[in-house]
Amino acid sequence: MTEQTTPPPVAEQQRVEADAAQAGGTRSSILNRIGAVQNLGLVGVLVILGIIGGITADTFWTRSNILTILQQASVIGVISVGMTFVIIGGGIDLSVGKAMALASVWCTTVSTQSYGPVVMVLCALLVGMGVGLVNGLLIAYGRMVPFIATLAMLAAARGLAEQISDKHTQLVTQSAINDIATTKPLGITLLVWIFAAVAVVGWIVLNRTTYGRRTFAVGGNLEAARLAGINVRRHTTTLYVVSGLCVGIAAIMITSLTTTGSSTHGDLYELDSIAAVIIGGTSLAGGRGTVVGSVFGVLIFTTISNLFILNNLHTETQNIAKGVIIVIAVLLQRRNREVAV
Amino acid sequence: MTSQLLTMVGIVKEFAGVRALDGVDLDVRAGEVHCLLGQNGAGKSTLIKVLSGAHRPDAGAIHWEGAEVGFANPTAALRRGIATIYQELDLVDGLSVAENIYLGHELATLGFSRRGELRSRTRALLTRLGHSEINPGRSVGSLSPAGKQVVSMARALSHDARIIVMDEPSAVLAHDEVSNLFRIIRALTADGVAVVYISHRLEEIRDIGDRVTVLKDGRTVATGLPAKTTPTSQIVTLMTGRSVEYAFPPRPQLTFQDRPEVLRVEGLTRPPEFYDVSFEVREGEIVGLAGLVGSGRSEILEAIYGARKPAAGTVRLGGAVLRPGSVPRAVAAGIGLAPEERKTQALFLDQTVTKNITATSLHRYSRFGFVDRKRELADAREQARVLDLRPADPRRAVKTLSGGNQQKAVIARWLLRQCRLLLLDEPTRGVDVGARAEIYAVIRKLADSGVGIVLVSSEVPEVLGLADRVLVIRNSRIIREAPASQLDESQVLDLVMEGSAV
Repeated sequence: MTEQTTPPPVAEQQRVEADAAQAGGTRSSILNRIGAVQNLGLVGVLVILGIIGGITADTFWTRSNILTILQQASVIGVISVGMTFVIIGGGIDLSVGKAMALASVWCTTVSTQSYGPVVMVLCALLVGMGVGLVNGLLIAYGRMVPFIATLAMLAAARGLAEQISDKHTQLVTQSAINDIATTKPLGITLLVWIFAAVAVVGWIVLNRTTYGRRTFAVGGNLEAARLAGINVRRHTTTLYVVSGLCVGIAAIMITSLTTTGSSTHGDLYELDSIAAVIIGGTSLAGGRGTVVGSVFGVLIFTTISNLFILNNLHTETQNIAKGVIIVIAVLLQRRNREVAV
Repeated sequence: MTSQLLTMVGIVKEFAGVRALDGVDLDVRAGEVHCLLGQNGAGKSTLIKVLSGAHRPDAGAIHWEGAEVGFANPTAALRRGIATIYQELDLVDGLSVAENIYLGHELATLGFSRRGELRSRTRALLTRLGHSEINPGRSVGSLSPAGKQVVSMARALSHDARIIVMDEPSAVLAHDEVSNLFRIIRALTADGVAVVYISHRLEEIRDIGDRVTVLKDGRTVATGLPAKTTPTSQIVTLMTGRSVEYAFPPRPQLTFQDRPEVLRVEGLTRPPEFYDVSFEVREGEIVGLAGLVGSGRSEILEAIYGARKPAAGTVRLGGAVLRPGSVPRAVAAGIGLAPEERKTQALFLDQTVTKNITATSLHRYSRFGFVDRKRELADAREQARVLDLRPADPRRAVKTLSGGNQQKAVIARWLLRQCRLLLLDEPTRGVDVGARAEIYAVIRKLADSGVGIVLVSSEVPEVLGLADRVLVIRNSRIIREAPASQLDESQVLDLVMEGSAV
């Protein structure tokens, strides 16, 4: 009924502008889609690190060093993509590192290896997803706090990994598994391609599917999501399974990279991946975040480690630097957010 | 005449152009129980906040014992001796009774608390309130609501309060606890402490009150009325005679009797929230639930919606029995809910209007799990146009919208879902007067298109003006059902507050 009346000039103008923005503003909307505005700071940090690298170490800007950085980023990167889902969904997963160790041990036992590489891969994926499923059920249906449930899982997974392997490092005898890390399509190790693929799929799922929508909804406002008819328990459970799937993929990658399965794999990976996700702009409160940011977060951390190694600096100082960067990144994000709001 | 403690003259307070208080006068004498009456939205809460220093008035004067004062913040008011006990008691559950009472003005020397003195002083305060049985070391979280209220009062006394403001203190109490509360209030007033008492229950006001001030639409319409003798009819008339006329859309002149039933609720019970609730809603009909906060109305809506599981009773939608306690089933069957707390229960504040509107209809835009964003945006635009959402661009974050437009976004969500039954809980809370009329029009339009609507509101005129049929709820039960045209505001208000006119 209001359509018949003439709209006030201001409203009309706004409408026209909005339409114009949609029609002609593809450039800015593409930038927005990549999350460039939000991630500009992260790119800036990477550039600064690159400049420092170029000045302090001759070998930094070499092809082999860049590939090393990417390779080192790949395993923790895959885990961080899964972690991004869990954190956007309002949870946290502390079990990732040791779940990965458990998956690597389980898929490299003598009996598993006897079934061949395909079964090894399936075994790692199933163990990862199984751990995630238990986490998810405990949290969504057992109403446990995610921090506690996954902390307990961390301890249990480590224990189980040690028990299965008897604390021995298990060598991989299937060359097909070891070949994953050494195969280099286009001169880049398959591990980096896997990381890229997981990141792209993660981005698509999060931003283009109903599943991603529900993830943001559940993490952003659990009660509203429930009252909107979303099955929040089932969805929360699946988020931990997604994280577990990423953990399973990472387990195959680390097993291939080190040619071993070991209960010592993945120490403190939970902290590194959470840190990467957080400095990537994902809110620990849930409901807000990006996969792209997490990828940048991982790259920043890996580049710092690389810089320290190239300059023969102690790992202690490296950890201090990591801590400082986390604090600065979070402070900067908060300032940006306040300006934006 | 007893000594004048506090006088407020011509208090005005505006929020973003809305006058919450528009010239309120109030005078409080030492040792009296001064009752504050008014419908929801009359300005009682705002007035308390001005009194307690939480809001600064835009105009008007406050006199304290004859001298003009201004309260910069709640601490300043507290120092003068004005303590406020809010409905949601502001206590820290994890701390002990004594620690809560002295929170913010701890008894300490160089940062070390004087534990012995803390306990003995607390015990003295509790004894004064007649509750020496409460252990000062007990954690507050383990106390009943009544016990917590006693602690809040002890805290007020610990500040040497001369006026204690109580915002609906009886709402959380059982019957015998109320009489205990009154005993405490009488002891306090005997000591010269004044109590400003807010309640919707007239029988309480008759019991405990000395004088009554009635607020309506942000103004004092009567002050200093004797609480014991003023007739109910006079009070109700004062509370209802409206100066602001809401524009309600006209009702369709037809009977709903021969229309098909959308909803039938039978014997729905969930103790202690509601008992034996039965009613039906027909196509295109708006059924209003009138009742006080805490009467069980919101809980009934949530039980129909599957968000609460009833202990007994059935919910039928279009003849088919719904599985109790499942929101996804209810939504799939065609029920929608616009909940009471828009921001915490309905909206994803960080997200765009589009995503908020399509949140319950995602399956429609899903192609192998992928969201068809073009069609989604087009549909959101269409909804924004139909509901005249402003600003019209649905790609804005929903948190940038005004309350009225946020509510429209919530309604748009269910419009898009093409629900058959829409449950509206306080649809105009936090919505300014202009936008209200638009929301009313939208609701009526929805009904005219065949949707059945259940409307809950604390504002009686809203229920009467919008609904076709009204159910009055008091103390968790439906006590009256009638066509809205056969009820008037004072009748409903009387039923809601006293239940006497059954």
